[in-house]
Amino acid sequence: MNQATTAVQTDTHTQHHEELSFLYKYILPVDHKIIGMQYIFTGMIMAIIGGYFAYAFRMQLAFPGELVPLYGLIGPGEYNMLVTNHGTIMIFWVAMPVLIAGFGNFLIPLMIGCDDMVFPRLNRLSYQIFLVSALVLIASFFVAGGGFGGAWTSYPPLSSVAEYSLTDWGASLWILAVALEFVSFLLGGINFITTTMNARAPGMKWMDIPIAVWFIVVAVILFMASVGPLVAGAVMLFMDQRLGTTFFLPSGGGDPLLWQHLFWFFGHPEVYVVLLPTLGIVADIISVFSRKKLFGYKTILYTAFATGGLSFIVWAHHQFIAGIDPRVANVFVVTTVLISIPLAEMMFSYIATLYGGSIEFKTPMLWALSFLASFLIGGVTGIYLGASALDIYFHDSYFVLAHFHYTFFPITIIGMFAALTYWFPKMFGRMMNETLGKIHFWGTFIPFNCIFLPLFLLGLAGQNRRVYNFQNYPDLAKQELQDIRIFATVSLIVLLLFQFVFIYNFFVSMFKGEKAPNNPWNANTLEWSTSSPPPHGNFKILPTVYRGAYEYSVPGREKDYWPQNEPPE
Amino acid sequence: MIEYFVQNASSFAGDIDNLFLVITLIIGFWFFLTFGVLVYLIIRFRRKEGVKAQYIAGEKHSETRWTHYPHYAVIAMDVVIIAVNIMVWVDIKQTLPPRDNLVRVIGQQWSWSFIHAGPDGELDTQDDVTTVNDLHLKIGETYHFELQSRDVLHNFSVPAFRLRQDAVPGRTISGWFKPTKTGTYDLQCAEMCGYGHGIMGAAVTVHSEESYDTTMAQIQDGTYESHFQKRKGTKTKFPSNTSKVGDEDSFAVLLASIF
Repeated sequence: MNQATTAVQTDTHTQHHEELSFLYKYILPVDHKIIGMQYIFTGMIMAIIGGYFAYAFRMQLAFPGELVPLYGLIGPGEYNMLVTNHGTIMIFWVAMPVLIAGFGNFLIPLMIGCDDMVFPRLNRLSYQIFLVSALVLIASFFVAGGGFGGAWTSYPPLSSVAEYSLTDWGASLWILAVALEFVSFLLGGINFITTTMNARAPGMKWMDIPIAVWFIVVAVILFMASVGPLVAGAVMLFMDQRLGTTFFLPSGGGDPLLWQHLFWFFGHPEVYVVLLPTLGIVADIISVFSRKKLFGYKTILYTAFATGGLSFIVWAHHQFIAGIDPRVANVFVVTTVLISIPLAEMMFSYIATLYGGSIEFKTPMLWALSFLASFLIGGVTGIYLGASALDIYFHDSYFVLAHFHYTFFPITIIGMFAALTYWFPKMFGRMMNETLGKIHFWGTFIPFNCIFLPLFLLGLAGQNRRVYNFQNYPDLAKQELQDIRIFATVSLIVLLLFQFVFIYNFFVSMFKGEKAPNNPWNANTLEWSTSSPPPHGNFKILPTVYRGAYEYSVPGREKDYWPQNEPPE
Repeated sequence: MIEYFVQNASSFAGDIDNLFLVITLIIGFWFFLTFGVLVYLIIRFRRKEGVKAQYIAGEKHSETRWTHYPHYAVIAMDVVIIAVNIMVWVDIKQTLPPRDNLVRVIGQQWSWSFIHAGPDGELDTQDDVTTVNDLHLKIGETYHFELQSRDVLHNFSVPAFRLRQDAVPGRTISGWFKPTKTGTYDLQCAEMCGYGHGIMGAAVTVHSEESYDTTMAQIQDGTYESHFQKRKGTKTKFPSNTSKVGDEDSFAVLLASIF
């Protein structure tokens, strides 16, 4: 790292905006950076709840019927509630708010060089609805009957009839919270797309936009295009629960499979909605820390479009054995396996970016590289599950569970840490401690693999998901399988304990860390050209863009980076 | 590979295991190749003093072939996977071989009822034998099943048969299997079905000809002791929810003392 650039810019930016009171600055902000951080902090608090739930049910699986320290006894209903809400929280209240809403809000205006989102108040409203949705979800744990326990996919009739689920209001509040959350992201999404289309800095062409911004926008478009059917489904499910309609109840002429189609028509694009922002963040980080131009910017972009487009026609691979016509499955096998084509090309391009680089192993780069390595496992194991005949054996088994945790954990947790460690200097104006960052990295990455690799074996052994005690099944009660469960649980506890290192590092660095220069990583994108942290309004003078975002190590230049806003000589 | 963990006890279990093996070979090759290249590049191009990174845009043909050629190979492998998969799938789920016997499987919260067709091979006749959480099959006979549900979604899942099918209320879903090995296997419900989902299991027993006839006779005159009745007497072997897993001191207690 070039220490010559670490001259700290003193607080000289002119204040276009008058100083705001604490209430309007931090509680009811219109500043996209504060709203982004609100999303990120809310998401991290929800991640703590989700992780706590994971700890509780993993303990129950490893030591069935024992008192779980810091939780208590877990009965079957309680267990169902824990797994259901662990999934719901981690996808809808951690991955979505942190990666899309949080970093989308924080990064888009900074990276495209404008002073704020084009609809700042809509932005604020979107966070407020999101907060309400989180509170509704948390409230659902405490109503009579407890939280909803019908799995995060909430298949009716279990979810639509209180006599079946035994969680009358838990189920209703759950679906209400999910629907509210979608409303919030629809408001946020329209903002992201409009801002990126209309508010780019002068000179920034479509192909000069950093991949991180591009992918968030593509993700938001996917989300907005796919969420409609599910919102309709959610309203129908809520009406089934509370008004006694029978959209999904065969006795009243409804069809349970209808929900599955509506849910997965959204649910599969949703996977790519959370995947793409992380892929974009990783692309930027890899390029910066290997001092290399991205290998095939356009290829990467077009493969993302192709993946997004294909993701709309694969949904029935979640339903191969759900009672759909078996002939239809063949079509979905083809489309599902086809997704490997753009994604493989994209992964190859990422890996090719490293070729000829000068790779520096800073914490964000470790996270980004570990994302590539672990997402590779998640990606290739997906091929097994895309094959319908193997799905006969693997559907709803621990193999599926291990597979999607190998995609969602890298996406959500690794992606979140990569982005947080990379943009932390810009967010708070201070550097994070590198040593603690690396300890936290290894303390998370190694236990993560120790948790989920063994679960593939349990899946091969025919162990199904959402069963609270495998001692009830003679074939699964074997001691060697139980040892695997205990090993995974212990790994989870190790992983959770190492998160305290991060929390300590995060908060101590936020207040006491070394002051960050404007551009600590010598990166090209526009957010690094303003002060750390950027003032309200982002830039002293709005920047003009002269080149693409990835001009690193250009031959004939002394410096190995070339900021987008630096005028040509 | 699967048979190392779970026996293959039905006629199509071997096909599924082979499909698993084919896919494992293909993606294993790709995984180790890609992973190897990734690790090699990370080590080879780590930062060294005085060495500047190269400027490669990845847009010229001489550069893009490094990602495109492997990519064409991926497409070829995809075609192989799709073809092999569809062959297996058509055999198992799209064709119904002629039946030797018939059984109706009914899921409800939270147990399984099995209606065996009896000697005449037809359901809904006088000689049907109904059992709960206990399915009895004759080895080597092709069974058709009629899968129904009384309330919510359930899933009829027998890992040893490599068989899995959702039961949907309001529908009768038919399918087939042919047991090829005697023994007792687990049946688990594999679709979340509420409070008792975790205990909604049953025992599937594959009998030889004679043993099947005696068992059926025993069930009909009420002298048969089901697997679940037998298990009640052997609590130590299959610990219930409140017993410890191992003999040694529980790890949970150890953890509790730390906290």
